[in-house]
This record gives sequence, structure tokens and C-alpha cells, in this order.
Amino acid sequence: MKQGMIAAALSALALAGCATTGDKGPATGERIRVAEDPFPSTYQRYSGAPVVITGVTVLDGEGGRIDNGQVYLADGKVQAVGQSISVPAGVQVVDGTGKYVTPGVIDVHSHLGDYPSPQVEALSDGNEATAPARPEVWAEHSVWPQDPGFSRALANGGVTALQILPGSANLFGGRSVTLKNVPARTVQGMKFPGAPYGLKMACGENPKRVYGDKGGPATRMGNIAVTRQTWLDAKKYKRKWDAYEAGEGDLPDQDLAMDTLKGVLDGKILVHNHCYRADEMAVMIDLSKEMGYKITAFHHAVESYKIADILAREGICSAMWADWYGFKMEAYDAIRENIPFVDRAGACAIMHSDDPNGIQRLNQEAAKAMAAGRRAGIPITEEHAWTWLAMNPAKALGIFDQTGSLKAGKNADVVLWNGNPFSTYTRPERVWIDGALMYDANNPKLRTVSDFELGQPGEGDVK
Amino acid sequence: MKLPSVLSSVAAVLAAASAPASAQTIAVTGGTVALGDGSAPIVGGTVVIRDGRVVAAGQGVAVPAGAQVIDATGKWVTPGIVAGFSRLGLVDVDGVRAANDESSSGAFSAALDATTALNPAGAPIAVNRAEGVTRAIVAPSTGKNIFAGQGALIDTGADSEPVTRARLFQFVELGENAAEIAGGSRAAAHALLRNALREARQIAGGSGASPSTAARGSDDPSADPVVANPNESRSYDARRNNDVLLTRYDAVALVPVVQGRQLLVVHAERAADLRQVMALKRDFPRLKLVIVGADEGWTVARDLAASGIPVIASALSDLPAQFEQLAATQSNVGRMRAAGVKVAIGTINDDEQRMAFRARWYAGNLVGLSKVPGATGLSWGEALAAITSGPAEAMGLGGDVGSLRPGRRGDLVIWNGDPLDNLSAAEAVFIDGVRQPLETRQTKLRDRYRSLERGALPEAYRR
Repeated sequence: MKQGMIAAALSALALAGCATTGDKGPATGERIRVAEDPFPSTYQRYSGAPVVITGVTVLDGEGGRIDNGQVYLADGKVQAVGQSISVPAGVQVVDGTGKYVTPGVIDVHSHLGDYPSPQVEALSDGNEATAPARPEVWAEHSVWPQDPGFSRALANGGVTALQILPGSANLFGGRSVTLKNVPARTVQGMKFPGAPYGLKMACGENPKRVYGDKGGPATRMGNIAVTRQTWLDAKKYKRKWDAYEAGEGDLPDQDLAMDTLKGVLDGKILVHNHCYRADEMAVMIDLSKEMGYKITAFHHAVESYKIADILAREGICSAMWADWYGFKMEAYDAIRENIPFVDRAGACAIMHSDDPNGIQRLNQEAAKAMAAGRRAGIPITEEHAWTWLAMNPAKALGIFDQTGSLKAGKNADVVLWNGNPFSTYTRPERVWIDGALMYDANNPKLRTVSDFELGQPGEGDVK
Repeated sequence: MKLPSVLSSVAAVLAAASAPASAQTIAVTGGTVALGDGSAPIVGGTVVIRDGRVVAAGQGVAVPAGAQVIDATGKWVTPGIVAGFSRLGLVDVDGVRAANDESSSGAFSAALDATTALNPAGAPIAVNRAEGVTRAIVAPSTGKNIFAGQGALIDTGADSEPVTRARLFQFVELGENAAEIAGGSRAAAHALLRNALREARQIAGGSGASPSTAARGSDDPSADPVVANPNESRSYDARRNNDVLLTRYDAVALVPVVQGRQLLVVHAERAADLRQVMALKRDFPRLKLVIVGADEGWTVARDLAASGIPVIASALSDLPAQFEQLAATQSNVGRMRAAGVKVAIGTINDDEQRMAFRARWYAGNLVGLSKVPGATGLSWGEALAAITSGPAEAMGLGGDVGSLRPGRRGDLVIWNGDPLDNLSAAEAVFIDGVRQPLETRQTKLRDRYRSLERGALPEAYRR
């Protein structure tokens, strides 16, 4: 996936210059192409001392467990995981007795940065609620890197990577961005290298509520009609570019909105579809087939349990909460066993937050879902439940080749918990991202304080 | 509020199931008993409830002859959770206007009585009951006035009589929210508050500070111008100035507040706002204040302790969600507790319409927080007290509810494990000594969709 995202040679500026000529595409040689990565990641991992954690319970994030295990991190990568591994002499040893080590928590649904704290209008940048289809907006252009919420997600939640999505006012909310949870001056400095873009889509109550008296859509059928028509436009746009690239047509005018949708049709941008109700998800699945794209994940999928078999067959992930319910009509049928039922059906289950507080306790949310499943007679192990926080979200974000499990060669995105992370009594003790120690509960200097919080009451406090 | 007919019938069934009279003796034996008064759990304890009240609880308590014995060996036994601040019973679905009676922008404010809007058959009541929440402090929320109206203590029983104590308190906003309502500044909010209290004091007949005017049960109406129910006040006919701001009904409703006969629950977060709340006592010495929120309470903890004002705080609020919460930290409750503040846990602006059951996990988190260097949490016993006896005592009702000490109402929960941990669940719930049904819409949906196999008839026939 990441290779596909590498920008083509020419910049958008060059494209604009050429676009005025109206030339036919050359029959041979290099075509002018749309830049696919105009805001490239400038993230560079911080250095970290090699470390081996011993005597620890390992949940590897893809379903494996090792009791009394060892994990060796060096050069930014997981070097070895096992019962007994060989580690070079002199490597720092961390005694993990009575503790757990896991891959870092990955949240597929966050608005940190685009709906930051403080929640003031001046910083409220998550919904371009000016028209129902705004696929041209990119969440990264709203993300405020100084959102104090990132630090809480790190220190309390052990979150090492997260997807920032536009809001759900629009049928097409815009592009998402996947970040490393490492503070930076710029959003580019946080961007997860090689992570594909996502497209936020929404069905249901929000778009029709927002646009009901602003020219529509005002109904669910209106939602679907506008969505389909927008995709038809995108297919037309794609045909023009395909023709041009085959040497058969004029250089098309670049359209930012259509670029995003074309990226989906080309399989380079992943669709993250806010959709609560089972019947609406089924409609969106058919719609995606009609238009020729794949839905990667339904978000806020509170009724996935009603169609878990369909979701398993279609290979679509569901990003869910443990116990949220009833805050709006489309959340009325939420049940505690949603994640366990989806998981049992063989569909991809993800625990997500959509919340600056919830993101601090996704491990505990997973515990609640696991417990509800067990009470319903579904045996769920801790090591399996951790896939909801690691492997599955990493896959849904297209970054599982880099992170999301404790396997040799993966990025050393790792949390050492001071006990069993399914307990309310447990907190992260240390968090490494790409092998760099970014949080250490025992070291007040390893506590991030955003610019916004400097000089404020409680600066640098435990939070 | 109109309920779907299916819900009404569910409620009717539930009510019938709880019909057995409370006039019986129940002994819960062999469990780990936590009294909810701050003490540590007692292994192998017995709780005896007779005629709906706790008779005895602890070790070596004899089982009375003829008692119904419930073996709780291997289980945990606690008083029912008391939702420290909630909107339970006022809302079925937040986002559905017709199913939401939280606030009013109508003609009246302080006069509003939340109990007239309570719906004990609403889904959130059942969901919280099934989670071991047996009582809830319920406050209306503000509309276009800083006064929201009068809140109550309710139970969550599956019956038609939810009110434990009506018109227990008046709720007023006095922070950012109040400033906005009042016209844009805190000064305006304070002017509104002080003016309202003075208008009430005038109706009360003078200063409102004379002990004789507050003497309850006096035969002389002039000595006791306000009867127990302020909404039926004889003061309704009192003379008023011509330039009054409040409606007569609202002003009369505030008479018991200025007389110190009804609690004034104030929402404030910022340290400066908390100081202003404490300062109210200088001009209105008889006010009986309770503070809700208090995210920056730890910074003025000594003053709060000295004031004796109870605080119902948000347990895990740790973000500068608004400018009035810049110093927010999860250590707030623990630090206030350590400074001698009477502090309990409540949920304000935290899905309190539906999610009061989260309180036990919040409390558990504060236990876990104790292990984090530099943080201040609570002991297990303190944490349980913060969600049982704590809120009850803040409201002056600690003698009636919130613990398993003799004489308290027989609100008791048997848990399958440590109630403050994520993995535990309520297995039996008693309210006033009556065993409660634990079925909810959610459990019925779970059972309907437990299997997705195509049956002889559609899912709609399964129940």
C-alpha cells in the first residue's frame, strides 16, 4: 500500500502549468500525474536505548501470548520476542515481573487535533459543514499539534498511533490522516510514514440533520442519492484520467474533491464509513459494489452484531464502543456484546474511541467488551481481545506491515503496563514509539506538555 | 412522554416481576462485604435486610430465623451505587427532542421540578439498574436561565414510584456556561444569582436570616411562610417590588434556598469560580451549598475543606476541555480528599443522561491511580464510598441511603467480582429490599441476535 502512495514525479504546480495548454497526453514517455503526497511526513523516530523486558506477560497483538516472556527492542524495531531470547550483553534490562507488555494501542477513530481541547469555536475544525460532499478537505489541515489530548492518550492510554478523521456532518467528510503519537511542531512531523489516506464517509442522522434545512439531503434516501451521484462524478473523472494516462485523452482539470474519490476507486485510499444501523450498512455495502470501491471499516457500528455474518463475508471491519448507547436514535439498539458477537462471526472487530477521554482507556473498554462476551458464553482470551486494539486497527489503517503487533521487524511501538491492562487498576508504566521511550511513569521529565499548557495552572502535573 | 408500545409492555412486565412486598427478611451470606462507608471490604460477611432496611452487616452477623438466605460465597456485596450527579430518568434518547426532558427554555426556571418529568420506564433507568446503580441524584440542566430547577434523589426500581426525595435541591450553573446564559460574563451570572436570591429573600419576609422564619413545623404561617413544597408556597401571594426580574413562581421556589432549607447545588470548575461560590456564604449565610464539577478544586482544596461545602467531582476529568478546566487532573479527587474536602464522584457533562453506571469504573481508576508516581488516588474503601455513601452524604441523606450500615434502605448489589473492576457485573440488585429484574432492551436484543442462523420465521418473532 505504501508504495502506491509515493508521489509521482511532478508537483501540482507543474500540473497546473501544463493544464492550461490543453495538449493531448503524449503517446509515450512520462505522463503528468497528480501529486499524491504533497504534504509528506517529516516524522523521524527519536533515538532509544536498546532494552529487554523480562519476566513479563506478552500479548503480541495478533492473538499470541507468552507468559514469563521477553521482548527485546533495539534500533527502533522489535528485535525478538519469546520465552527466552538471546540479547547482546550490556542491554538495559527492565524487570517485567507481574506486568504486561503489548503493542501500543491504535485508535482508528479520533478527533484529537481537529476537535482539540480546549473545545472553543476558534479551534473547532472537524466538520467542513458547508456542503454534504466535501471530499476535497483533508483532516491534516485542521490538526492542531498542540492539542493536550495527545499527551493524555499517550500517558494514560498507551496510544502509539491514531487516525484523525473529519467529522460526520458530511456524507463525504474528507481525508483522514494517520499519526504517530509523538509530539511535533507540525502535523507533517506526526504523520505516520507510508500510511495510506482514508476517506471519511457518513450515513444516517448527522448529514440529514445538518443539511435538512440547508438544501438537503434531508432524508436517508437523500443521503444515498447524493452519495451515489457523487461517486458517478468520480467515476467520470477517473475515466478521464485513465484515458489520459493511456494516451487517449486531454489532460483533465485537476479537482481536489475528485482526486480523493479517484484515490478510493484506485484502491489507494481506504474508506472509513460512519454508519450505526445494520440496514444502512447493508445499503452502503451494495452501494460500494455498484460504484466499484471497497469499504474498509464501518465506524460507530453499534448494530454490526445484527449483520456480523454479512460483515465477515464482505471482509469489512467494524469499529465499535463497549457500552455507549442511546445518545441518539441510531444508537438506540447498542448492546454490550457487539464486539464479541462480531468477533465470533469471524469479522474484524475494533475498539475505537471517538473521544478524548475514551482514548485514554481503550484497554479498559476492551476489557468490558471481553467480559460481556464471556458472560454471554463466548470464551475470549486476553490475547485475542488485544487484537481489537492492535492488529485489527492496524490492518484497517493499512499499517499492519509496520506496527500493530510484537513481531520481530515491526516498529517498536510498545507499552509496558504496570499490571494486567484489562484491569481498572492498571496504567501504562512506559511507552515506546519506534523504540524511543516517550513516556515513563517514574520519570517526571518524560511527560509531554503541549505549548498550550505551558505556564498554565497544573503545567507538567500528572494528568 | 410517549413510549413505543413494546417498551411500555416491557415495563409492565418488569413492574409485575418486582411486585413481592418488601416486608420480609433477607440474609446475604458468605460474600466479601463492603459497607460503602469508606471501610475496607469484609471477607465472609453477612448482610441482613428486614422490611426494606439494612438491619446489620459485617462479620459474625447472625442470620435471623425465617430469613430468606442468599449464598454469596465467592461474590462481592455492596450497597447499590448512588449516581452522584445525573440526568437519569429525564432522557430516553438525548438526540430525540420528544424523548428528552433535560432542560427547558420556557417561561420558568428555578420553579421547575424534575420529578414531574421523570420516566421510570425509560431504557436508561433499566440499563443503570442492571449495572447496580440503585439511586441517582437527578438534576435538570439549564435552559435560558442559570437556574435549572429542582432536582431529586430517585431510585431505579422497576416500579412506578421512582422518587425518594423530591425537590431536594436547586441546581444552578456558575461558570462558563452560566456566563454565556447570563449574557456573556461571569459578572452577569453572579448578578443574576444574587438578585434572584434577594428577590427570594424579600418574599421570605425580610432577611431570611432569622432562625425563627426557618423553624419548621410552626403553626404560625407568618413565622414559617414556606411550606415543605416550595411550589405550593403560601408566599406566593407576598408583595413584591415593581422591578423584579424573576417570575413569581421562580422567586418563590428560591425561598427555601435562601432559608437554607433546600440545598443549592452549584456547578463550577475554575478555581476563581470556586472561590466565588464559597464567598456566597458571606452575603447569604444560610445557603447550604454543594459544588458539582470542581475540576480545579485541588488548587483551592484547603479553602474548600475549611468551608465544609461538599464537592461532587468528575473523577477522571484531566483535559483542559474548557478554559475553566486548565488545571484538570485525575488526581483532583484524591488531592481534595487528602486535604479534608468532603468529596464524592458524580458525572456532569459526561453522558450523565445514561451512563451513570460508569461511576464504579471511574472509582476503580482512582484506586489504580494511586500506583502512579506523583498522582493521588483513593483507597479501595474510599473509592467505593465516593460512589455510594459519598453522594448521599453530600446531599444530607447519608442516614437514609448509600451504605450498608444499620437503618439504611435495603439497596444492595451482589457482584460476580470486585465491583470496581472492568470484568465484574451485577448478578443481583435489591432496592428497598426488593429484588429487581436485570433484563433490559439490550439483553433482549442480545438474545434475539445471539444466532444469525436463518430460522423458520424472521428475527422479529424471537423474544
